Amino acid sequence: MIELNQIEEAACRIMANAAIDIPDDYRQGIETMVNSESGDLSCFVLKTMLENWDAATADRRPMCADSGLPRFYVKVGDNARFSGGFTGLERALRSATARATHDIPLRPNRVHPLWRTDHNNNVGINAPEIEWSFEPDVDWIDITTVHKGGLFGTDYRMLFPGDGVDGIKRFFLDTLVAFGKRGLACQPAIVGIGLGGSKDTCMVLGKQAACLRTVGDRNPDPKIAALELELQEIGNSIGMGAMGFVGKSMVADCHIEVGYTHTGGMPMSVHTFCLSSRRATVRIAADGSAAYRTDPQWFTPYMRRETVSWQSPSQDSRQSG
Amino acid sequence: MAEPVTGFKTVRLTVPVTDEDLAGLAIGTIVYLDGVIYTGREGVYQRVLGDGHPLPLDLPAVSNVNFHCSPAASVDDDGSYRVGGVTATASFRFAKWMTEWFRLSGAKIIIGKGGMSEAHYRELFLPAGAIYLTTVGYGTGALLGRGIRGVRAVHWLEELGNAQAMWVFEVENFGPFIVDSDLEGNSLFEQQARLVNANLENLYSGLRPPALSRYGETDDRKDELI
Repeated sequence: MIELNQIEEAACRIMANAAIDIPDDYRQGIETMVNSESGDLSCFVLKTMLENWDAATADRRPMCADSGLPRFYVKVGDNARFSGGFTGLERALRSATARATHDIPLRPNRVHPLWRTDHNNNVGINAPEIEWSFEPDVDWIDITTVHKGGLFGTDYRMLFPGDGVDGIKRFFLDTLVAFGKRGLACQPAIVGIGLGGSKDTCMVLGKQAACLRTVGDRNPDPKIAALELELQEIGNSIGMGAMGFVGKSMVADCHIEVGYTHTGGMPMSVHTFCLSSRRATVRIAADGSAAYRTDPQWFTPYMRRETVSWQSPSQDSRQSG
Repeated sequence: MAEPVTGFKTVRLTVPVTDEDLAGLAIGTIVYLDGVIYTGREGVYQRVLGDGHPLPLDLPAVSNVNFHCSPAASVDDDGSYRVGGVTATASFRFAKWMTEWFRLSGAKIIIGKGGMSEAHYRELFLPAGAIYLTTVGYGTGALLGRGIRGVRAVHWLEELGNAQAMWVFEVENFGPFIVDSDLEGNSLFEQQARLVNANLENLYSGLRPPALSRYGETDDRKDELI
């Protein structure tokens, strides 16, 4: 049985990890870009960011003061057992958000949209967001937190099947060029693309693609994987780099997630994660022990299933054996 | 560890800055600051310029550097402050306040994210003899946090909340920042954007436009949205 206080402690720790320590996969992606960046201002910016990440880890202070909109992604195993129920788990994550905001400290960014009321703890109506997913055959709980800025770099457009890959490329470029000027989108970053679904699903998939997959990860569909690499290359050939300066560092990686959509449409969303890509994950085992990592491992084969029922690979092998 | 960045002209200025300090600053110069600076963004502008509250400190005597910033900071039970990271917010949306703010505060340097337009520099900054410094990368929260030596005061914490309150910081070797606008109103961002724009037509060539258009204020990719 996993106790709620174990969940709350682990959630506090990933809030600190996300805010302070840049994930290794992402840092390596940026180091690769530094080495190939020919624009001197853009290169200066990236090198300064590397220094900043060193300072953040050394001082245990946030790498970026804009805490964005801190949020959680929770994956619960079918066989996981925890005290307090689902609402108890949500309360623990809200409590962890408030505590981490004070203790790290994070900037209390969350305000009422109309009255601008700020509780100084990043908790409020519908905040923090908690998204749920499930995993068969396991007894652990994975919790990921993401701190992403939220004002620039994201857009949605209803395309149609006849617009084809040209339409996808154009809208991808439109979003990068529009929000890349002056570096409003805080590029270079991982760019996530949602294709299909309904409008809300399309936005959710693109956001998750940006925030919950690591640099170098490819979509399991080989044609989608090829499109990811093609879009990354196109993004890096705009002639723009960090802060909108001349350069070629725009897209640290491109991730595409798809959902079955209306037969007449091809909705598309584009989401630019931050140059300070802040994400951290914990897996809480059935005995309450916690293991920390930076790869959310959110998009499992189960998440991307296409059929009515699901057979886990282990069931397959049992049957074939 | 990352290698130190070299190769750009770097200057260190003491706040309050003088007209002579600013006269020699070319766009693209790297700047570090020592002295006292304060934060002020829409909450402060609205309260002072919109609602008519008097300034809670003596400006520009205390400082003539206004940072468009909300720190990652918290107030402990004993009333002391802890400042972790410091990062700027996008400045373009504050342009409408600037003329009055320069008049009232005597600010000579605005620090923020992303700059303002060259047109605004010429219309708003030039008459005030002020320049704009941009933070780097968006942002170097930890490097800037290291430069904060103390919190001299926080004004309107109760009324505006942590993020919008007016924080007065004592800073040392606070940076890096990049000079975006000089005293003639030139903008580094716009200079760079003109170079980037030269490639855009080529970038889109051969890509068919989608079947359904959208209303928009601009379809020209060379335009900025701010």
